[in-house]
Amino acid sequence: MVKVAVLQFPGSNCDLDTLYVLRNVIKLDAELVWHREFKANVYDAVVLPGGFSYGDALRAGVIAAYSPAMKHVKEMAREGKPVLGICNGFQILVEAGILPGALVRNDTLTFICKWVYLRLENNKTVFTWKGKVGQVLAMPIAHNEGKYFNDEKGLKELYENEQVVFRYSNINGEVTPEANPNGSLDNIAGICNVERNVLGLMPHPERAAEVILSPYRTKDGLLIFEAMAEFLRGKGVATSRWS
Amino acid sequence: MGVYMLEVVVENKSAAKDPEGETIMRELMHRNGFETVRKVRTGKYLRIEVEAENKEKAREIVFKMCNDLRIFNPVIHVCSIREADV
Repeated sequence: MVKVAVLQFPGSNCDLDTLYVLRNVIKLDAELVWHREFKANVYDAVVLPGGFSYGDALRAGVIAAYSPAMKHVKEMAREGKPVLGICNGFQILVEAGILPGALVRNDTLTFICKWVYLRLENNKTVFTWKGKVGQVLAMPIAHNEGKYFNDEKGLKELYENEQVVFRYSNINGEVTPEANPNGSLDNIAGICNVERNVLGLMPHPERAAEVILSPYRTKDGLLIFEAMAEFLRGKGVATSRWS
Repeated sequence: MGVYMLEVVVENKSAAKDPEGETIMRELMHRNGFETVRKVRTGKYLRIEVEAENKEKAREIVFKMCNDLRIFNPVIHVCSIREADV
């Protein structure tokens, strides 16, 4: 049976929510793994949950990015295993250089905690193949450093390689400045690596995976976990679908 | 009148703990092969360009401002001002 790790750092705090969704909603064999005990070869996929690893000292995610556990995450990414970074997990993936760019302080200079709409831009990833391009998903964000940034060349490469996965939009899927909560470049909310097995996003799919959690009675976050689970079970998809 | 650049560094007094600096030293530097690092103190850095008649006057303005506007909290912080090239 496939096994998924939820990687814990000191200061991770969405680990239990993520584990709950994987175990109880998606019915995957998942376990919490303390960062010092994490080994790549034991797991088929890894989720880096949200939180404030190492108290955001120096920069959000940077200290966790240099922990030995991340060498194992890099190895899994290289092997084509699904790697999902949510919120602080996204920040860690970016600081580790597994995903390109930077996540900096919100334009508002405030912590933002609210539900947003996302437009799915790329359904050729391990985590989004079950969705349609242009589909609008409701999920909450909760971050202080969630403004995605990249230089001109980096942004061009993101589009050329189809690495932009989610953008902040309005309910109609229109990507407008008003729909951009934090000043992210091009409204970018989530990106993947070139091989499309690593996804990082600021919104919290684990907090939007059951109807009871959503003010809109939606469970849009589930799409990401279901796609990953079916990929792991080898159902319905082949890697050729997006390679 | 000229434009002068001053650098203002605000950090905790040496008697006050700096948990962020300690975390950076212990978890990032020591754990990744830089065990010889003895101390890390974090702080805030402000680079201020100010118009003034001369260097001394510019320093005076920034000094007064740092005190009047509580750019630092004298209870817990030390504040240093130094000149830089524009």
